Amino acid sequence: MIAGPAPAVAEELLAALPPSPAVWCSSLRKRYRRQVAVDGVSFTVGRGEVVGLLGPNGAGKTTVIKMLLGLVGPDAGDVLLLGRPARDPRARTRVGYLPELFRYQPWLTAAEVLALHVRLTGISVPAEEPRECLDVVGLADRAGDRVGDFSKGMQQRLGLAVALLAGPELVILDEPTSALDPVGRADVRDLLLSLRARGVAVLLNSHLIGEVERVCDRVVILDKGRVAASGTLAELLGRRDVRLRLAGVSRAAEELLAAAGPLTRDGDWFTVGLPADEDATTVPALVDDLVALGVRVHAVEPGRISLEERLLGILRAGPGADPR
Amino acid sequence: MTVRTVLIFAALTVQEASRRRVLRSLAGLTIVLLAVSAFGFSRIDAEFDGELTTGEARLVASTVLNLVMFGLSLIAALGTAFLAGPVLAGEFESGMALAVLARPVRRSAVLVGKWLGLVAFGSGFITLAGLVQFLVVWATVGYWPPDPVAGLALLAAQTTVLLTLGLLLSTVISPMASGIVAVGLFGATWIAGVVGSVGAAIGNDAVARVGDASRMLLPTDGLWRGAMNAFQDPGLLATLSEEFNAHPFLSLSPLTGAYLAWAILWIVLVLGLAGMAFLRRDL
Ligand SMILES: Nc1ncnc2c1ncn2[C@@H]1O[C@H](COP(=O)(O)OP(=O)(O)O)[C@@H](O)[C@H]1O
Ligand SMILES: [Mg+2]
Repeated sequence: MIAGPAPAVAEELLAALPPSPAVWCSSLRKRYRRQVAVDGVSFTVGRGEVVGLLGPNGAGKTTVIKMLLGLVGPDAGDVLLLGRPARDPRARTRVGYLPELFRYQPWLTAAEVLALHVRLTGISVPAEEPRECLDVVGLADRAGDRVGDFSKGMQQRLGLAVALLAGPELVILDEPTSALDPVGRADVRDLLLSLRARGVAVLLNSHLIGEVERVCDRVVILDKGRVAASGTLAELLGRRDVRLRLAGVSRAAEELLAAAGPLTRDGDWFTVGLPADEDATTVPALVDDLVALGVRVHAVEPGRISLEERLLGILRAGPGADPR
Repeated sequence: MTVRTVLIFAALTVQEASRRRVLRSLAGLTIVLLAVSAFGFSRIDAEFDGELTTGEARLVASTVLNLVMFGLSLIAALGTAFLAGPVLAGEFESGMALAVLARPVRRSAVLVGKWLGLVAFGSGFITLAGLVQFLVVWATVGYWPPDPVAGLALLAAQTTVLLTLGLLLSTVISPMASGIVAVGLFGATWIAGVVGSVGAAIGNDAVARVGDASRMLLPTDGLWRGAMNAFQDPGLLATLSEEFNAHPFLSLSPLTGAYLAWAILWIVLVLGLAGMAFLRRDL
């Protein structure tokens, strides 16, 4: 047992180490009365990395996010945000957050809400930044309107603007598209891509798996309060497929396809499972060989087992099953 | 940073209070009360002018002034008690606190800031409405209270006690219920105070102790009696006969320093308790 201020000293030393991940959490645990909401969750989000937090309703995603932000006190476990222990409010200086339950002071205008949050971060930001944030989420012309008169979707957009304020290095979004129309969802996707391009780390909890698949570098899948699986998309999805629409397929061509990998055929669509170690030359070489055999190639498209299928597979297998 | 946070939330709370509908109802009630009192005082002046000795006129003026000030303090108590709940607990329930508390702020600073904002709002209201009332009385019957500053400060302290209680209650019961309970306790303490002074007047110690005990448990009534003492004519008590000892709108003695210290300690303790509940709460 270390006595006195030693842990604080250790924390200071830890904070001084150069590249600390955006989020580091270890063995987080939380129970609400009898309900164990989170049970030993550990993961990291690297600087500039976009990580998706997936899982069914009640898996504990929101609780994990709230523990990261110090909104819920964990029963056990540690959190470092941008290298600082989460107990220290300063850890959240460069963190933007859109809560699942988004609601902003109804008696303030949108511009006043942003001004309030700028003051709360304690960072001086360029005068035009709040306006730009509103512009990004499509609320520029409503800046002077009372938030109380906003629709749900507009409040969520305002919440996104708040999360983007004051140059965050980490943005945590809890179901950012739950109240948005299709255009709004596309906007959020663009927003995530632009955050990634700017090197901002993002932790994203979303049920729109297609979106997650498109923007996330890595996913963490929670189920019943535990990490059911985690890894990069390539790791999780493993095998890649290539789908080809072919005409004039001879026996020799069919043998060639079968030799490349497990083959399935549906009319003139052929699906070949590629080995995990395939490189960038595998598919072009296959196409060359097919053409040489006189096959007419109408279409070649990458097909892979979707994240959705993989997610369902992991969740149906249940805890204790091999996560890969 | 912590002081900054306190000030930001104090300002935000004043802004919230002034933009909520509660302010408009408060202002409406206050204007009605001031208008009625202006009319009442002008009638007193017209009815008794020349017929009453100045002592009696002062007694009437002091009593009615205290009565109206009681009305004002009741409005302030209602207003702030019903504001305290929504300002803190209401934000937890609606989720409004999530985005705000995820900022680099200490929860204790947020609590103190909001409390300070409520205190500023309640005291501002008391000062403004009280001054207008003094001017009304002065213009109609030519009476000016002996110690208006101390009296208004004590009324502001009474409002502070009640809103602090409202904050504590709102950490355990719903915001609306906490307002109702706080105002209910305020009324109960006032009645216990009147009962106690009746007990003192008829020389029944057991009954008198009811008032003393309630004044310790919730210092609103004790502060109110101190405020009345500051508003009424100081020469009045000497001229009064025994039956006025139990008057609900006249006070026999000024506030003691010990009682004031207890009231301040009470506020600190209750705010501390509210803070402990607030710091531990999961959002
Ligand atoms: N404030 C709370 N009180 C009691 N139980 C809660 C509370 N918040 C969450 N839970 C429980 O914790 C579990 C995880 O909830 P949550 O983190 O919101 O899941 P998700 O965001 O993945 O849908 C659920 O079983 C939920 O009922
Ligand atoms: Mg959730």
